[in-house]
Amino acid sequence: MNSVTDAAGLGSNGNPLHVAIVGSGPSGFYAAEALFKSPISVRVDMIERLPIPFGLVRYGVAPDHPKLKQPTLVFDKIAQSPGFTFLGNVAVGRDISLQQLQTTHHAVLFACGAESDRRLGLPNEDLPGSHTATEFVGWYNGHPDYCNRSFDLTSEVAVIIGQGNVAIDVARILCKPVDELRSTDIAEHALDALAGSRVREIHIVGRRGPAQTSFTFKELRELGEIPGCLSRVFPDDLQLHPACLEELEEKRNFNAAKNVEIFQRWAMQDDAAAGKRIRFHFLQSPVAITGAHRLEQLTLERNILMGPAFEQVAKGTGATLELRCGLLFRSIGYRGLPLPGVPFDQGRGVFPNNAGRIGDVPGLYAAGWIKRGPSGIIGTNRADAVATVQSLLADLPRLDSRRKSGTAGLYAALAGSDSQVVSYTDWRRIDAEEQRRGIASGKPREKITRVSDMLALAASPVQQSSTGASS
Amino acid sequence: MPHIVTDKCQRCRFTDCVTTCPVACFHGDAEMVYIDNVQCVDCGACVPACPVHAIYEQSDLPADKADWLTINAQRAPLLPVIADKQVPLPSAEARKRELGY
Repeated sequence: MNSVTDAAGLGSNGNPLHVAIVGSGPSGFYAAEALFKSPISVRVDMIERLPIPFGLVRYGVAPDHPKLKQPTLVFDKIAQSPGFTFLGNVAVGRDISLQQLQTTHHAVLFACGAESDRRLGLPNEDLPGSHTATEFVGWYNGHPDYCNRSFDLTSEVAVIIGQGNVAIDVARILCKPVDELRSTDIAEHALDALAGSRVREIHIVGRRGPAQTSFTFKELRELGEIPGCLSRVFPDDLQLHPACLEELEEKRNFNAAKNVEIFQRWAMQDDAAAGKRIRFHFLQSPVAITGAHRLEQLTLERNILMGPAFEQVAKGTGATLELRCGLLFRSIGYRGLPLPGVPFDQGRGVFPNNAGRIGDVPGLYAAGWIKRGPSGIIGTNRADAVATVQSLLADLPRLDSRRKSGTAGLYAALAGSDSQVVSYTDWRRIDAEEQRRGIASGKPREKITRVSDMLALAASPVQQSSTGASS
Repeated sequence: MPHIVTDKCQRCRFTDCVTTCPVACFHGDAEMVYIDNVQCVDCGACVPACPVHAIYEQSDLPADKADWLTINAQRAPLLPVIADKQVPLPSAEARKRELGY
């Protein structure tokens, strides 16, 4: 099948372009959408290592931000496109090799995100009580990889290292009255644990100043709206020097200016009587994590900013501050994981690429966080995926133009593995069951958190006719 | 809170915003684009994408642009969806400079 050369050009009805998309989060779905919008004949096989789709929309977006999960409705429509097939519970490198994918498909597009964390590089980073934000976010969102983690919420003081939106999500989930989370799709185990939480003081620490945080201003503002919780900034930290003021005057940098306005409001607050407190620390870098058997203390070193506007870097001053704490979350960025056969940038944790093209021979592409690193929000990945698909379509004359076996070839290759392939129709069944389980507790869904339970549901006899995408 | 496209889009119509919308809630006429605030998920991805900062969250909307909340709500549902980047208006670069960007 692979070797037949046909006069019908690649992308014609007789010789459709077969693309394997690895990953089923936003960048994967938006890449599929862009491919289906193209004028050529396209088949897309979306390969996901978990049994179920939607990546960080399901497992990254906080449960109390339900509107931000609405892109799943768009993804569901994309999944209805003729020529779309979802293959869940299939991991590239475990169940199928990249080489096999390259024989069944004309192009492989990686949209597999950034699944590991950047480390602080300090001794004791893995002491009990010290965690990654990823673990915590995955835990409260019911991610199968993290649902068995436990977090000791008996300590009153927690520290979050990092000043991006993930740090805010972690702080908000820790501070929000638990009753406000009950009607969300937060995992049941997290709700139970948070109900008994004694955390009442959260320190959010960043190495640079208030003018350089990565928070989106509306996410930051939301921290100030949590009942019974006050956010505070030390007024001294808001003394901005000329390079910072120059940055804030740049019109395109308005988000940073909005953040500083919010911090200025918070500098005035007296949080002594608040039930829960969030305190921002700027110009501090963690230099030591200490504790006999578990985390007891974090040492921070004071920084100063050096360099011209927009190129300022933090340099340590030697002055230190000690912070007693029982919980530590690091949230200083994500890294992609390497995959055999694909070039990998160890420094940035991405697949090195040129406008989405990986390597010199056309056929491998990247979109989303594995392409550009962990920046932006869901919609950012739509523009990013569209750009990658433009590169792919421009390469059409240089791709192997022989007919490929696509979905059928993929299933044939997978027949030899132990993996139970989950189709989109199977996902619909899991989705319906999650929603059914949520009704009793007044939640939009109760997420199924174990892969084995997902697979059992996927394999269960079909109760009613399922509509929808090809499988 | 809804996001709103203001008159800063007029004579520009760069449409970078529409490429970042995760739910394709931008609609447009020949003059500018508008957000359907029923569909908008309030993610804010479009705000930094606009080269002239024509888009504001409602809480952030300058007082002299308050009318645009209603105009977006009324116009968007009547117009076709704009989901892909289009060629900016010929006056776009001049307008951008005029707006100070």
